[in-house]
Amino acid sequence: MYEKPLPVIDPTTRPFWDAAKAHRLVVQRCQDCKMHIFIPRSNCTSCFSDRLEWVEVSGEGTIYTYTIARRPAGPAFKEEVPYAVAIIDLKEGPRILSNVVTDDVEGVTIGQKVRVIFDDVTEDVTLPKFVPAES
Amino acid sequence: MGKRQVVIVGVADAPLEKGVIPGGANDLEIQARAAKAALDEAGLKLSDVDGLSTAGLWGIPGPGQFATISLSEHLGIRPKFSDSTNLGGSAFEAHVGHAAMAIESGAIDVALITYGSTQKSQRSRNLGGRPPSFSLQFDTPYGLPNPVGAYAMAATRHMHEYGTTSEHLAEIAVATRQWAMKNPGATMRDPLTVEDVLSSKTITDPLHLLDCCLVTDGGGAVVLTTEERARDLKARPIYVRGHGESQTHMSIAAMPDLAFHTAAAESGVRAFEMAGIGPEAIDVAEIYDSFTITVLLTLEALGFCGRGEGGAFVSNGRTGPGGAFPMNTNGGGLSYAHPGMYGIFLLIEAVRQLRGEAGERQVADVKTALAHGTGGVLSSGATCILSNH
Repeated sequence: MYEKPLPVIDPTTRPFWDAAKAHRLVVQRCQDCKMHIFIPRSNCTSCFSDRLEWVEVSGEGTIYTYTIARRPAGPAFKEEVPYAVAIIDLKEGPRILSNVVTDDVEGVTIGQKVRVIFDDVTEDVTLPKFVPAES
Repeated sequence: MGKRQVVIVGVADAPLEKGVIPGGANDLEIQARAAKAALDEAGLKLSDVDGLSTAGLWGIPGPGQFATISLSEHLGIRPKFSDSTNLGGSAFEAHVGHAAMAIESGAIDVALITYGSTQKSQRSRNLGGRPPSFSLQFDTPYGLPNPVGAYAMAATRHMHEYGTTSEHLAEIAVATRQWAMKNPGATMRDPLTVEDVLSSKTITDPLHLLDCCLVTDGGGAVVLTTEERARDLKARPIYVRGHGESQTHMSIAAMPDLAFHTAAAESGVRAFEMAGIGPEAIDVAEIYDSFTITVLLTLEALGFCGRGEGGAFVSNGRTGPGGAFPMNTNGGGLSYAHPGMYGIFLLIEAVRQLRGEAGERQVADVKTALAHGTGGVLSSGATCILSNH
């Protein structure tokens, strides 16, 4: 049984999680100013347009910052330490927080290129995670 | 009619033994005890209080969601102004600002601000138990230690951009401990070295155990009224000269710039503008220290040094006793106490320094002090500028 915390999915965020389950990474894009937006919301944070659409993105990104957890975030993560949590600048602009899944956790660094993978953690939930791009 | 001048006339913090309230008490009683002590100091009665402010995670889930209602019931008062604004640890600096506006306008005459937590004695600290809803549904499933992991990612980015080191961060913990050693009420009073900090366990890179604040119980209270009312009271009034607040994000992934504390910068500018002074006029600074990196980012954001200069600024004991920049003079959240939310204790220590009551840790010739709270994961900032003239 999967013991780690699962997202509390709501109608606003459902399209993101449905796409992840289909192994697609999607974010919103403003149809007026064309800015890509994450996290899911009802209006553009740049021009305040409410004409947002869901678009698939490349899944390529660069590590903006990270931390290596040496102590788990609760008992469910005990077996994982040390593990990398990073904020990733997606190629299309928005930032997303995720894990960098790698055997070389000490090699994780700012500026590292990463690409998305999909971890089907339960029947209902798939978590987008990232791996070093060269792997 | 001009605005009424707002002053602080009473402060109190609950005595702790090894970080817990001796004899035990619930979260409301701790606040009530601190409130009585602060009102006694001022020479005011509970029945004089017409504004009540508090915030916390105490009593949540449960009646603590109605924080001022729970507390006013316990106190037996019926305030006509209440404020349970919860910005995290900075809430109490914001409460001062809000109460000051209410007093200035004539809406109320006496404001009581309190905080209390029994998180250590009740073993109730459980930030990881929050349901991962709204923006946190994109964070919590990935196991970011909360809140330390978010601060760690800010530290990683600051180190990358500016060459800040773990030694720089350790300097803050060491200087703060030196102040705590002069405060009989502080929880941690053993000597501490930079090497001790660096050799303590890494919690999440690059932050060590001794880069992190304590987990303790605690309670405090602050009483505000008008300068005119204070003329008849026994306590020396401390003037509220400026206040400001800002907030930027709930999820650390939505922080505008992880190497810059935007909420503190915006809050600080507002407070300094209102006070009509700049950072150079501050004689003693009480800066929220949930983690060492919190302090470094805040010093830069408030303009005490330039962006990226925080590491050099805190080096060589500058913020410790005898240093050029006395800071966190009670021993801070790192060594005095940290009951979940610490902001009220910044105000209490600033007032004691301004009154000249700080005993062995008293800074000479203090005229103007700054208290700056940071809440959440560098999510909010609230700043108060206080003076004794």
